[in-house]
Amino acid sequence: MADYSSIQEKILNIRSGEIKLKENILYFLNQIERNKDLNAFNFVFADCLDQSEMIENKIREGKNGKLAGAVIAVKDVIAVKDKPLTCSSEILSKYTSIYNATVVEKLIQEDAIIIGKTNCDEFAMGSSNENSAFGRVLNPVNKEFVPGGSSGGSAVAVAANLCDAALGSDTGGSIRQPASFCGIFGLKPTYGKVSRYGLTAFASSFDSIGAFSKCTSDLALITEVISGHDIKDSTSANIVNQLFDLSFSNKLKIGLPKEYFSDDIDKDVMETIQAKIQELKANGFEIIEISLPHTEYAIAAYYILTTAEASANLARFDGVRYTRRAKEFHDLEEMYSRTRSEGFGDEVKRRIMLGTYVLSSGYYDAYYKKAQKVRRLIQNDFMNAFAEVDLILTPTSPFTAFKLGEKSSNPLQMYLSDIYTTSANLAGIPGMNIPVGKDSSGLPIGLQALANQFEEERILQFSNYLEQNILKRTEL
Amino acid sequence: MSVSREEVKKIAKLAKLDLAEDKIEEYTLQLNQILEYVEKLNELDTENVEPLSHPVENINVFREDIIEESVSREDALKNAPSRTEEFFKVPKIIKSDQ
Repeated sequence: MADYSSIQEKILNIRSGEIKLKENILYFLNQIERNKDLNAFNFVFADCLDQSEMIENKIREGKNGKLAGAVIAVKDVIAVKDKPLTCSSEILSKYTSIYNATVVEKLIQEDAIIIGKTNCDEFAMGSSNENSAFGRVLNPVNKEFVPGGSSGGSAVAVAANLCDAALGSDTGGSIRQPASFCGIFGLKPTYGKVSRYGLTAFASSFDSIGAFSKCTSDLALITEVISGHDIKDSTSANIVNQLFDLSFSNKLKIGLPKEYFSDDIDKDVMETIQAKIQELKANGFEIIEISLPHTEYAIAAYYILTTAEASANLARFDGVRYTRRAKEFHDLEEMYSRTRSEGFGDEVKRRIMLGTYVLSSGYYDAYYKKAQKVRRLIQNDFMNAFAEVDLILTPTSPFTAFKLGEKSSNPLQMYLSDIYTTSANLAGIPGMNIPVGKDSSGLPIGLQALANQFEEERILQFSNYLEQNILKRTEL
Repeated sequence: MSVSREEVKKIAKLAKLDLAEDKIEEYTLQLNQILEYVEKLNELDTENVEPLSHPVENINVFREDIIEESVSREDALKNAPSRTEEFFKVPKIIKSDQ
């Protein structure tokens, strides 16, 4: 049924009458129902069917927006007006958004159709989508494995063909890692390129909204639409929003950081990525080894800084403004602590505890300030590297999807699975997952492409080149 | 540096979380594992490094001080667990015996 290869092609097919938008949306609603066991969605908006006629008419008349008729799922940490916004947490289980996030507003302006809110790790904290008040999400490639996290539901919704594309958020890899585990495309833009207005804050200086898709051109289109300066987000970058040109004229100079190609990588992941690198060389790319010397400190700095920011951001959930309040308490103090203890899950509490500790008096300099200094060193590593190369390639994850429950009892083990993705958020640079193959058990392998701040276009051009020239259809 | 059970209790109080005894036990263990891991940052000499608080170092963002339309009172109160016509309602703060 979804027999088109891109959103642009879908629009053309709707215009020619080959695709009926209503049937197309019904197909996806059906798919969601049939794949309920994957648990990708927290909420499905069946009433989105009502828009099909209006948008189809616009397409026929040629008055449509860039994403007309594109069926898009939104991670349940992003606000859609008058719809639930739970962050997959008990504490927000009854909350209804009172406005649209800027990204949602932009999608709607371009005639996209929002089909529902996707499951994720609670408050986007996790790497496996096993920490959710709505239950864990399963990997559609093999249901015994995790889909990755925290935007697991969004990745699964795209990979299992439950929608055309999806929005996620990436604080330390939460778009790129699930995209890698599920075998799809996912782009975390430069920090500040996409407005965070309407995104529930986890770690404000790290959070980026981005998209998941089945092809590079859809990802370019959606990223283009959701980007741009927003006065409602004071950290949003005040630069002119560019339109992406995916055509590729000059061959890029690519760096492979030696710290990312260590013995810790799964054999299949290493071999697949090396094979692609050889093909790139054969196609005339200049590829050199580079060094990002502070790589091994990224996870430590990341978990200190993000938990500190999270402990401050999540202080707002106090039983006063956001629906949930404990039933029994003796005084105000107890109302706060009971509400929070009943409402937050284990991982969220653990991170609030760690964040509170590293910010507490006597430890601030030793942990928080130290980590901020290391953040500078990591950013400097990338600035030095990008003075020499246009693009950096690494595996997105050292391994393919792991089994459900495999890492859930050991938080540190889980944190270490973000080893290749957190650096981009520390440095604020864009990063993308490109699906490049499968391991011996059929699980997807992802290649991560990183570029300097605001150079998304380079990454997208490269991905498009790879998709058109090197990747075989069977690898995607 | 390691963190004791008593410290974990103190942090929980600061973070406004009630933790059961077994959770305090578990978090003490896990926080110590994590803190032990992050110790590795001390291998680096950062004496002359400026802390980086934001990945894109913005200048201050200002706007004219004029009143603009914002969220309506009704919308703002919509998700309140307890409210009056105009306010969020919280339990009594000043106790009668004080």
